[in-house]
Amino acid sequence: MTAPRTLYQKIWDAHVVEQRPDGTALIYIDRHLVHEVTSPQAFEGLRVAGRRVRRPDLTLAVADHNLPTTARVDAAGRRLPIADPASAGQLSALEANVAEFAVPYIEATAAEQGIVHVVGPEQGFTLPGTTVVCGDSHTAAHGAMGALAFGIGTSEVEHVLATQTLLLKPSKTMEIRVEGTLGFGVSPKDLILAIIGRLGAAGGTGYVLEYRGSTFRDMSIEGRLTVANMSIEAGARSGLFAPDEKTFAYLEGRRLAPQGAAWAEAVERWKALATDEGARFDASLSMNAADIAPTVTWGTSPEDVAPITGRIPDPESFADPAKQAAARKSLEYMGLTAGDALQDVTVEHIFIGSCTNSRIEDLRQAAEIVRGRKIDRRIKQALVVPGSGLVKRQAEAEGLDRIFTEAGFEWREPGCSMCLAMNPDKVPPRERCASTSNRNFVGRQGPGARTHLVSPAMAAAAAVTGRLADVRELVR
Amino acid sequence: MTPFTCVQGRAIPLGRQNVDTDVIIGAEHLKTIQRSGLGRYAFGTIRAEPGNLFDDPAYAGAPILIAGDNFGCGSSREHAAWALADMGIRVVIAPSFSDIFSGNAFKNGILTVVLPQGAVDRLLAVAAELPLTVDLETMTVTSPLQDRFAFELDPFRRECLLGGLDEIALTMASEAAIRAYELRTGT
Repeated sequence: MTAPRTLYQKIWDAHVVEQRPDGTALIYIDRHLVHEVTSPQAFEGLRVAGRRVRRPDLTLAVADHNLPTTARVDAAGRRLPIADPASAGQLSALEANVAEFAVPYIEATAAEQGIVHVVGPEQGFTLPGTTVVCGDSHTAAHGAMGALAFGIGTSEVEHVLATQTLLLKPSKTMEIRVEGTLGFGVSPKDLILAIIGRLGAAGGTGYVLEYRGSTFRDMSIEGRLTVANMSIEAGARSGLFAPDEKTFAYLEGRRLAPQGAAWAEAVERWKALATDEGARFDASLSMNAADIAPTVTWGTSPEDVAPITGRIPDPESFADPAKQAAARKSLEYMGLTAGDALQDVTVEHIFIGSCTNSRIEDLRQAAEIVRGRKIDRRIKQALVVPGSGLVKRQAEAEGLDRIFTEAGFEWREPGCSMCLAMNPDKVPPRERCASTSNRNFVGRQGPGARTHLVSPAMAAAAAVTGRLADVRELVR
Repeated sequence: MTPFTCVQGRAIPLGRQNVDTDVIIGAEHLKTIQRSGLGRYAFGTIRAEPGNLFDDPAYAGAPILIAGDNFGCGSSREHAAWALADMGIRVVIAPSFSDIFSGNAFKNGILTVVLPQGAVDRLLAVAAELPLTVDLETMTVTSPLQDRFAFELDPFRRECLLGGLDEIALTMASEAAIRAYELRTGT
């Protein structure tokens, strides 16, 4: 009998092409997602070396980071140009590269276009038990489907394009166990922010996280995607969920998922993808869902979290002198004063979107708070940016777009938008944004921009109150 | 990849924790389709601070950077490594690095040296006045004040760095094993 194995070890073992004596292994990559920002230099490398894309059929490209989220076609259906020449250049480089190397590509104007980490699961490209890579750190999101998924740099993108493999060292494993039911008004985003607060921004470095326990079992696929997505904010390249009936129900009938007899066989195979009884993790963290409140960030690292009922911490309250210095700098950048109540912090911008929180359930939760209300007069701009054209279409069928626009939100085309300052959606210097994205780094949403990471419902609450607000007080 | 054996020179004693990839190179500079030319944009938000180390003539052309915990956290953008390489950095010393960043650095001939916080603190103090030497053959960081800190590195990475080897060419030598895997698994 073989020793009990974790889910991570099972996926790893199934993908070893060649074991090396130094402990590294050449690992086969089943799925490679490509976008416009981290791929041009990789294709250029192939061209210079005279190499081809080894398995275009296991590769899927889509543009997301650079695309403006305003209308992409005119009234006659003609494609509108991108104003920023550098962004336009990156998009045309991608289009030329996918044509030259015969890589399947979702056009910028297609209904299936969207943020690469929304598109992968939605198209059934991401499947349980597969290895998934993309030149983007939030590739961790795909772990929600039971895939070993991680972000890679451009040299690795080139390596995967050329060889369909990566040379890797096995990671350590960490169990994140959460039991119980999340409280009223508390979402998976609040939970993952609280987990990052506990682990720290580097606490998961070198580990693959596995999310276990009843809270995660009861969580929707959208919620799991939010949680897995932010594994990287705790330093972990990957976060895993064991696939279950919810995963199979989500994937069945998706365009690139197995069909017919192959589907039934695949589901049987996927059912074995769980950590064995008695398998050992290298580390573990345990929390109770009931202890989690709606959570916001106050600083410039995703580890800087506090419950919405809390206050801005005093930098001197941290034990580590380096953390004290970092907190002082963060508060200065954020324009906040230690001791102030978080709920007194006013905001001027609202962003509901990003690969973390732009799926249909996220939009429903935000709309539920916004319905019948108006955005506060202090809000200068409030954006809702669906994660894909298909999410957008679904939301429109449910009338969510009207709920948002009637309240004063702008309803946009899919893309990375205000999560990172690569397209026209930016937060101006020294202005403050309640954002459902994943990073509150200095300058992340634009030079000098101040970011508070929140859940979709909390972003909606901030929109209608003009401040960081406790969504539980707004739920009807 | 440029081979790496030994680097000697001034070290920028940055010291900060959680230096993320947005700080190393802002997103507005990721629109390039080339690897070169990013050095002038590196650490833009820090360079906006008066009296910052990056604009201090004492550290002009310094090949070494010393930072705090979790250097390179955040995005997978290899532009961060390209920007460091373009500004002439060959070594980053810190108590810990993000996994993706250290891989990207390695693939661009930049050595990431992990040392305990105490050793990093000492090097930060020394670097304010004196140059350091980072030797990959002896796996040590030394100073003119007789400091000597040994570090460890994955043997494969060390061999690639010392030889300036092309990892893709190395992997392509395993083509038969890759084909065999695809046939065996029906991929």
